[in-house]
Amino acid sequence: MTQVSMTVNGKAVSGDAEGRTLLVQFLRETLNLTGTHVGCDTSQCGACVVHVNGKAVKSCAIFAAEVEGAEVTTIEGMANADGSLSKVQQAFQDHHGLQCGFCTPGMVMSATALLGENPNPSEAEIRAYLEGNICRCTGYHNIVKSIMAAAGQDTSKIAAE
Amino acid sequence: MYAFDIERPTTIADAAKALSGEAQALGGGQTLIPTLKARLADPGTLVSLSGISEMQGVCMSDAGEVCIGGGTTHATVAAEATAYPALAETASHIGDPAVRNRGTIGGSLANNDPSACYPAAALASGATIITNAREIAADDYFQGMFTTALDEGEIITEVRFPVPEKANYQKFVQPASRFALVGVYVAKYADGVRVAVTGASEEGVFRWTEAEAALTSNFSAEALDGLSVSADGMIGDLHGSADYRAHLVKVMTGRAVSAAA
Ligand SMILES: Cc1cc2nc3c(=O)[nH]c(=O)nc-3n(C[C@H](O)[C@H](O)[C@H](O)COP(=O)(O)OP(=O)(O)OC[C@H]3O[C@@H](n4cnc5c(N)ncnc54)[C@H](O)[C@@H]3O)c2cc1C
Ligand code: FES
Ligand code: FES
Repeated sequence: MTQVSMTVNGKAVSGDAEGRTLLVQFLRETLNLTGTHVGCDTSQCGACVVHVNGKAVKSCAIFAAEVEGAEVTTIEGMANADGSLSKVQQAFQDHHGLQCGFCTPGMVMSATALLGENPNPSEAEIRAYLEGNICRCTGYHNIVKSIMAAAGQDTSKIAAE
Repeated sequence: MYAFDIERPTTIADAAKALSGEAQALGGGQTLIPTLKARLADPGTLVSLSGISEMQGVCMSDAGEVCIGGGTTHATVAAEATAYPALAETASHIGDPAVRNRGTIGGSLANNDPSACYPAAALASGATIITNAREIAADDYFQGMFTTALDEGEIITEVRFPVPEKANYQKFVQPASRFALVGVYVAKYADGVRVAVTGASEEGVFRWTEAEAALTSNFSAEALDGLSVSADGMIGDLHGSADYRAHLVKVMTGRAVSAAA
């Protein structure tokens, strides 16, 4: 066991981790931040996406020890300071961008990363960016619509569901 | 996963020292971590290369080659290898954004997955793989599926790509894995055309030399008309038969030639 320290959602945290402790385990089991989900554990589904130093990564495919000293943001850190939902979160609610909600933390983290890189993405760019985020429920349509809405786009242009 | 320690050296020299014992390099972990989870590896110690700044980034050599640090992520190559647009474009379609933010060129070339994209880019470009010990020409480097010229503990520190006049990579995506079902990288240099195929052969990435000869005399998709690819030794699995892959090699080569810029 070694001690790892990082900043999670703006707060300095530290805890014990083995070499093989994944970031997602550290978040969920050591910090009790269970908003980050494990869908596949084989790097395929994207339910576990968080931001490390501002970049989207699969927290099931990075060790806690590799994140030493880094800034991590999880779904728990997405809401605004007054507790209201972020633009992306609010758009998912308004446009029914989720059904069971299992994939949603990863979807919101990926969508937020996309809008950080590309504030006005096309529908095709949104779909391409979500290639690593799998949803078993929605058929993606309302997820794409939510992200377009979060970017301030007119969603009436995309086909009705 | 079996238990292991993680070391995080900050220089190539320290990493090489750490790798001289019972240890394995950790690049972006996008291949190795799933392998460890399946208990297919028991390294004792993992030596993370991600903190080594001398292995990061993209630059130009005096000889006009694009030089990429062995620890450079796919996302960085996509954004910064602007001097070699086909290479940047190839990197921008590896896996998905989160994979590209972690996976590295050194890890991809060391792994030499038979369906990976960078091996085709490196072989078609006649790249040079630079390690902590020596320089290896791409033609000597790839030695069959998951097999390379690297010695135990040897680290890919840099990869140098001569910039072609025109190039293009066409990847027929296997949608479940996001790797190439078949991918063809075509690069046209002043002294000839090179064509490298991934995803198709049981021997891993290979050069399609008949197509190279035809395209060197006439760089157009029609130059491939009379050629055929044998299904012998092609991969056949539930995603596509050997015949299907052989057919795709020619189709994707033609598309790459037409799209080359
Ligand atoms: C969902 C998903 C989709 C993917 N899609 C594609 C795709 O479309 N095309 C594609 O080409 N790849 C794809 N990949 C693989 C991805 O590109 C990996 O990043 C890459 O194969 C391995 O690089 P890495 O840095 O993650 O290496 P690691 O997983 O850390 O290591 C892989 C191997 O290389 C060794 N190693 C790592 N770095 C070095 C080095 N610098 N020198 C020597 N040895 C080293 C390790 O010891 C290990 O044996 C995908 C992966 C995932 C999870
Ligand atoms: S749990 Fe990480 S990608 Fe599925
Ligand atoms: S809402 Fe159920 S998996 Fe996406």
